[in-house]
Amino acid sequence: MRIAVCVKQVPNTEARLRVAPDGRWIDQEDLSLILNENDTYALEEGLRLAEAHKGEVVVITLGPDGAKEALRKGLAMGAARAVHLKDDGFLDGDASAVGRALAAAVRHVEADLVLTGSQSDDVGYAATGSIIAGELDWPHAWLVMGLEIASADAGQATVVREMESGMNERAQVPLPAVIQVQAGINQPRYASLRGIMQAKRKPIDVLSPADLGLDASQVGAAGSRIEIVDVAFPDSGAGAQLLEGDDAAQLASQLVDKLRNEARVL
Amino acid sequence: MGNDVWVILQQREGALHRMSIEAIGVGQKLAATTGGQVIAVLLGHDVGAIATTVAAHAVASVQVGDAEALADYTPGGYRRALTGALRDAAPTYVVAPHTYQSVDFVPRLAQAIDAALVPEIIGIEQVDGETLFKRPILGGKLHARVRVKGEGTTVVTIQSGAFSASDAQKGDAPASIEALAMPAEIASDRTIVGIEQVGDDDQVDLSKADVIIAAGRGVGGADKMGPIEALAAALGADIGASRPVIDSGWLPRDRQIGSSGQTVAPKLYIAAGVSGAIQHLVGMKGSSTIVAINKDKSAPIFNVAHYGVIGDLHEIVPALTAAIEEAKG
Ligand SMILES: Cc1cc2nc3c(=O)[nH]c(=O)nc-3n(C[C@H](O)[C@H](O)[C@H](O)COP(=O)(O)OP(=O)(O)OC[C@H]3O[C@@H](n4cnc5c(N)ncnc54)[C@H](O)[C@@H]3O)c2cc1C
Ligand SMILES: Nc1ncnc2c1ncn2[C@@H]1O[C@H](COP(=O)(O)O)[C@@H](O)[C@H]1O
Repeated sequence: MRIAVCVKQVPNTEARLRVAPDGRWIDQEDLSLILNENDTYALEEGLRLAEAHKGEVVVITLGPDGAKEALRKGLAMGAARAVHLKDDGFLDGDASAVGRALAAAVRHVEADLVLTGSQSDDVGYAATGSIIAGELDWPHAWLVMGLEIASADAGQATVVREMESGMNERAQVPLPAVIQVQAGINQPRYASLRGIMQAKRKPIDVLSPADLGLDASQVGAAGSRIEIVDVAFPDSGAGAQLLEGDDAAQLASQLVDKLRNEARVL
Repeated sequence: MGNDVWVILQQREGALHRMSIEAIGVGQKLAATTGGQVIAVLLGHDVGAIATTVAAHAVASVQVGDAEALADYTPGGYRRALTGALRDAAPTYVVAPHTYQSVDFVPRLAQAIDAALVPEIIGIEQVDGETLFKRPILGGKLHARVRVKGEGTTVVTIQSGAFSASDAQKGDAPASIEALAMPAEIASDRTIVGIEQVGDDDQVDLSKADVIIAAGRGVGGADKMGPIEALAAALGADIGASRPVIDSGWLPRDRQIGSSGQTVAPKLYIAAGVSGAIQHLVGMKGSSTIVAINKDKSAPIFNVAHYGVIGDLHEIVPALTAAIEEAKG
């Protein structure tokens, strides 16, 4: 069983964010990037399946040069090899363009199962996995909190999907399929020192649109149906009374005073 | 290419999802920009009663896709039921709620009809005759305005609570209820085995709590929960949490607040180290008094908070516990 896991690098939102000079995204300078949270869980799930069924994990990313850090992390955790869709033409795509390219990469590596995160922490389309499935004409399941595949030739997976209001759906999905994993499905492992050393020798295939048989008009900004006009901080704290200062004790007693005498909840 | 707006409603077991009406309101708003009509579409089996409720709104018709194969929601079934009709009608817009169910099938429906997809919109703006959609990025820390390129249908999903159901206009007379043109066979690609409750019956019920301290990822680890527990003890509060705290195993699953967890509305909600992503906010924004403690002034939690303390929770939480103990005398 060959399992493709799609991983994406995203900005760490803990960092101070600034709007870029052109207003269309955040300033990438001095921004730290991390592996998308859900994708870490997807990776762990893929590695567990590969271990259980003598398979292998291929990590795939689409992104600029720096995105290879996401691949290195996947390799260090235990993936066998990596594919980097790296070409200016791939960049700034919407879910349809990114999904199309990733689906072509899945075909290229001849995977039997695709795992993605259920949502990216930056653009958050919650759609890319579904688009990959549509391109491949495979079934999919979004927001998966449980995944069981009995054997490498089982022909179907049992998934547990989150629904709203504390309910879960248990369903069978024929394989091959695209499974969009939700955080919390497992406890992701840490890469061991040995894993990190080994990762340096594992292959990363760098592919362009042409390598995947895709035309420049099908990928990246050119292949997209939506584009970001501008980004902005919403009016934060519009309704809140904000208490600021260096003295924690003073802030705390101010707050207690307000909660007692203004909000009357203490 | 028509200029109509189709609104995909959501129901389960004969109950209409409340966001369906929010979606009708958005559909009406968009139809005003295209000069077209609003067509509501409902899928399921024996859903006549819901169709009647919907028909009271100002829509041109309610198209009901009734089939046994649609009794249970499946993404393949819903997509196949809608693809042909949407291709034929070629509406300018399709509107659906951004629910766990819609997000599961709508992207592939958009793909199947060669439509542009704008997920999770929170606003619609007209700028120089162009329609721009506002949507959250980076966990709601920023908003992006996006434009649609090219010809054809645009599918938008609307974020929960971003548009008011009361904006949906009622009609002068009930709209006609019609049968949606569907393929004779609707194949699914998923077999539902069952719907189960998460957790067991003796799980903590936070919905009746008077005071809740919610721990977020900013707390920093299972070993750092002590000061949160001390504050909860001082206030007689229950402890809740954001999702990452649960996913990381710092607290059990039945403490999760938000769209996948519990919905709470205590008199006092104190969020410590919670950024305020929409999936968390929907579970607690009904609280009477909301306090947020966060070191980042631009955290979206401050948009719903009544009081905000900006600073390091590791200093503020213990200080708050001490101040409360002192006030109690
Ligand atoms: C389908 C779906 C369903 C979801 N369901 C839920 C749900 O039910 N409930 C839920 O909560 N989330 C849910 N989420 C996740 C949600 O999108 C957010 O990722 C999550 O709520 C973020 O949790 P957080 O605020 O604790 O962490 P973060 O977003 O990482 O925020 C941590 C915050 O702590 C602050 N901080 C850090 N250190 C300190 C310090 N020392 N002092 C003060 N402040 C500090 C930071 O400034 C930051 O604002 C769901 C997501 C999806 C896609
Ligand atoms: N550029 C990318 N490279 C690799 N995987 C991606 C990329 N963009 C999205 N994905 C995958 O698709 C999932 C959903 O992303 P999104 O549709 O942007 O919310 C992510 O969790 C990733 O698994």
